[in-house]
Amino acid sequence: MDMKVAKKKLPLKEKYQYLTRDLGWETTYQQQEKIFPYAEYEGIKIHDWSQWEDPFRLTMDAYWKYQAEKERKFYAIIDAHAQNNGHLHITDARYLSALKIFLQAISPGEFAAHKGFARAGRELPGIGTQVACQMQALDEMRHAQTQIHALSNYNRYYNGFHAFADQRDRIWYTSVARSFFDDAMSAGPFEFMLAIGFSFEYVLTNLLFVPFMSGAAYNGDMATVTFGFSAQSDEARHMTLGLECIKFMLEQDPDNLALVQRWIDKWFWRGFRVLGLVSTMMDYMLPKRVMSWREAWEVYGVENGGALFRDLARYGIRPPQGWDDAEKAIDHMSHQFMLGLYQWSFGTSFHSWIPSDEDMAWLSAKYPTTFDKYYRPRWNHLRKLAEAGTPFMNTGLAKLCQTCQLPSVFTEPDDPTMSCHREGRYLGEIYHFCSDHCQTIFNDEPEKYIQSWLPMPSLFQDPLNGDVGAWMQWVSLLNGKDNGDFVGSEDEANFQLWRGLATKNQ
Amino acid sequence: MSNVFIVLQANEETRALVEAIQLDNPHAVVVRQPAMIKIDAPDRLEVRRATIEELLGRSFDLQELHINLVTLAGHVNEDDDTLTLSWNS
Amino acid sequence: MPVTSLKPYVGVSRDRVENYNGQQLVYASWDHHLLFASPFILCLSPQMTFGELVEQRLKPLVQADPDAAAVDWQAVQWLKSNQPFTPAFDRSLADNGIAHKEQIRWRTPGLNSLMSAA
Repeated sequence: MDMKVAKKKLPLKEKYQYLTRDLGWETTYQQQEKIFPYAEYEGIKIHDWSQWEDPFRLTMDAYWKYQAEKERKFYAIIDAHAQNNGHLHITDARYLSALKIFLQAISPGEFAAHKGFARAGRELPGIGTQVACQMQALDEMRHAQTQIHALSNYNRYYNGFHAFADQRDRIWYTSVARSFFDDAMSAGPFEFMLAIGFSFEYVLTNLLFVPFMSGAAYNGDMATVTFGFSAQSDEARHMTLGLECIKFMLEQDPDNLALVQRWIDKWFWRGFRVLGLVSTMMDYMLPKRVMSWREAWEVYGVENGGALFRDLARYGIRPPQGWDDAEKAIDHMSHQFMLGLYQWSFGTSFHSWIPSDEDMAWLSAKYPTTFDKYYRPRWNHLRKLAEAGTPFMNTGLAKLCQTCQLPSVFTEPDDPTMSCHREGRYLGEIYHFCSDHCQTIFNDEPEKYIQSWLPMPSLFQDPLNGDVGAWMQWVSLLNGKDNGDFVGSEDEANFQLWRGLATKNQ
Repeated sequence: MSNVFIVLQANEETRALVEAIQLDNPHAVVVRQPAMIKIDAPDRLEVRRATIEELLGRSFDLQELHINLVTLAGHVNEDDDTLTLSWNS
Repeated sequence: MPVTSLKPYVGVSRDRVENYNGQQLVYASWDHHLLFASPFILCLSPQMTFGELVEQRLKPLVQADPDAAAVDWQAVQWLKSNQPFTPAFDRSLADNGIAHKEQIRWRTPGLNSLMSAA
């Protein structure tokens, strides 16, 4: 028998309309401009907020249902990981450096994004935008918390994790990601949306997450794989929010094009600089490597970014200004940064090491035009010094770029033998930059960047006055435990000992 | 011509999803990586609920994709029956 | 360009020379010698002589480079703010016009053990 039953469920589009769009209203007791004081000052013109399209059209009932499902799966696996000494299944304890960097530098960014989207959800007048931002704010809070949970099991056994919150605020390499988010959060809501929602969550996210999560899968880190998958599905929504955001701005008024393009240029470059940490992680810190940074860039940068900007060309958008210089840096940046981390390892809350012969053979194969020519000689010399009992530690510390705050390890785009020196004066004071693009960002808004808290220049001011020992205390870095070469570390010794204990009865 | 793609976790639940996507998108290329499955297609890819339901043997809400989705590329258009990814170039 | 804002936006520079208790920052870099991953940051007295800068700070910092011993410090080519510069070794940094946060570079053409590509 074929009974026709009246449809019980509302179709997706209608349900979404009733439960989100139709719940908004134009204010009458107060002027809209008073309720949304930041909606216009940036210069972005919006004529009709109802044109905002949210492709996934999630309502709260669906949101909680699917998020709860992800949480259940996630915590079941985290528990199993802890119960089964999951930490001993990683390929090698060198891998933990990637996780320490992630916890200190990236997880805080998740929390910052939470705050930023909560603010954007409040400041932007469109209901569809508000709902999407509010969901993303919840997602990002969840990401920060699940990351901390996932990595907490490693903290029970290994160094370097214990003071991630202090290091998030105070140590030097974390200021790269921190200043990125601070810059976005102190911008207006439209710039924030473009910076994080579009540039970071759309253009660059795959270059951050796929390497880390694949790296975890390849290296036996079930906890991080689990976190990764739990978060990634949220990321798909974030990506669509970012893409919709830029389409909306461009479609609402052609006058928005110039400002949107300037923001794309700025935030692509700032995001690319943050990814310097990821390039090094991929090429040097994963004992079992997924692919090279160059290979990841080809897929997620060139191919995917190329497709995106071909699509956006119809609005008059061109690829970001720094795209060509980024391409020129790909075969160099991971090496330059790892060489830096190694020589400054007394000041990092994770270990570095000199790559082995096998590591260098892989690097040589993946970077046939650059590794042997420019970087192997340096690694060989560092190895010679280490074997002689005089491992090189660079106590000259580092000049940092005023904009991206990275140590100036990068070279001229067309000359890998020459450090990229850029400087300028503003109100009588000298400022240094790692690249033309960081300098342009500064020149566009100098008042913003002259107030940056730069870790190295600050070290020499009150109260630390250059005292490295006092600095270590202040950043909660345990000398001889959290820092230095992996070889000879407690992590190395303990991992070997415990793995041995797990398989023997002695 | 630009590739759109969808990446799903590799698990029991996504077996049928991947098969359905392949059936509905003959030009799609499936690449299996550790724990993930990436499906690329030129310009356009459609995920259809009806096909998934047939292969899964149960009713399926397209929004369930959220649980196993890793990442995607392209403009998204979703209704109750189909999720479409496309580029306009 | 000013920062777009609703109220006047005035940034206060965090690394002004007044914050260094009478000292100043100087950056230093040996061209093409990238064993040292980035230019050095030094906090010094402006009354230090240029010669003292070389002897007490630069020489010890670059010891690890195989070229270090061969450097003739009186003959190197110097740059200050990326422009050619001839320092007076017996005069102070201040007298040499080396301002707070200025960068000194030096070049040793032909001496390049670890960077033969240069």
